Amino acid sequence: MELIHLTPSDLSIPALLVLALAALSWRLRLGVERQLLIAALRSILQLLLLGLVLNTLFSQRAPLPILALALFMLMVAGYEVMARQKRRFRGPWGIGIGTLSMFISSFSITLLAVHLVVRVDPWYTPQYLIPLLGMLLGNTMSGMAIALDSLTREAWQQRGMIEAQLMLGENWDQAIREIRRDALRSGLIPIINAMAAAGVVSLPGMMTGQILSGSPPLEAAKYQIMILLLIAVGTGLGAIVAVWIGSRRLFDQRQRLRLDRLSGG
Amino acid sequence: MGRLILRQFQGAGLEPVDLTIDAGECITLTGPSGSGKTRLLRAIADLDPRSGTALFDRQAVDETAPPEWRRHVGLLPAESHWWHDRVAEHFTGSGTRLLSELGLDEACLEWQIARLSSGERQRLALARLLDRQPAVLLLDEPTANLDPENGARVERLVQHYAEQRGAAVLWVSHDPRQRRRVGQRHLIIRDRRIEAEAA
Repeated sequence: MELIHLTPSDLSIPALLVLALAALSWRLRLGVERQLLIAALRSILQLLLLGLVLNTLFSQRAPLPILALALFMLMVAGYEVMARQKRRFRGPWGIGIGTLSMFISSFSITLLAVHLVVRVDPWYTPQYLIPLLGMLLGNTMSGMAIALDSLTREAWQQRGMIEAQLMLGENWDQAIREIRRDALRSGLIPIINAMAAAGVVSLPGMMTGQILSGSPPLEAAKYQIMILLLIAVGTGLGAIVAVWIGSRRLFDQRQRLRLDRLSGG
Repeated sequence: MGRLILRQFQGAGLEPVDLTIDAGECITLTGPSGSGKTRLLRAIADLDPRSGTALFDRQAVDETAPPEWRRHVGLLPAESHWWHDRVAEHFTGSGTRLLSELGLDEACLEWQIARLSSGERQRLALARLLDRQPAVLLLDEPTANLDPENGARVERLVQHYAEQRGAAVLWVSHDPRQRRRVGQRHLIIRDRRIEAEAA
């Protein structure tokens, strides 16, 4: 099957539909037309830019620029994890915990995948590395953010319960155990649901893309299986590390609950 | 047996204080709302940052593991919090003798926490603390939600406990008659300073 190329005039049809939606929003006084147009414009520019950057990277195949792009994606993901929390850790911990957990959940898992599963040579071949990393970052990011947000929010709300246990001589690990477990569960539930619904309710994005570009559906399914399993592992490992570091950071060396280390929210 | 010594001890918003509470002694503490009574108790239990040092049984707080310190120096906060569903799950021992001295039925161990009245919670929180047998008691208005009869039960139980186990007690109370009943010495917080309360 041949890939059908889209021309700018092809793209103008969905763009016109977005303009029509904006007009409808203005007519119905929904008040979202401005945001809608800006967001649409941003997605067009960002994706075109990414396409240009990837085009260049694919033709050059030099490891350094590829690694730089990968690190940039990682930093943005770490920032996103922090930005999605109501109560964040103050200082460098805020971005640090997010970035470290994204590194573990996505970076290392992607390297493992290109090295051991797909076995591309060299491992930094951008056609594989960048899309895989992007898939993992985008999908594990929400799991990390939900888990960390649940941890800090619950610790804030259940301060009395945590301190009551400390007062009776429990150690910090025991006092935060339930909250930590709940945080991990809530971080993992979306990917568990996604795996359970894959192919029945939803046709996952990667598989859709491969089928559209002409891959045999079964090959596309195999790639999708790999990516889903990797996302699950990445989300789990990353959330465990993030929640463990986060919960430790909630207590000082005298095992006092230090909510002053969180921002007010 | 427990003697608590504070040396140049300073909780948040308070001047440093030197204070010794002997084994079996009960000292009362009062002062206007917001003067720092609760903050002092929390600092002694090592729940808030502090400066200076506290010693229990000649061992300094900084040389003691935090959970061990808090098992010796037990704080009863004004408002109790519970983390399991049923009362009994919060006790390490049986607690039945303590309950009868507080006028509570043994059956209440099976009750749901959500069903407890504020007075029951307050008495059960004291029982939960004494059940773990701390050698120092820091009590933050332990009879605030109780009727006179149950208030008297709490006073008797704490006095009994202090005598029997030689526990040192620091008792925060707004009631001058209660302070005279339970304490041998009386302190008051005025302008961030902790001083003796005039009789």
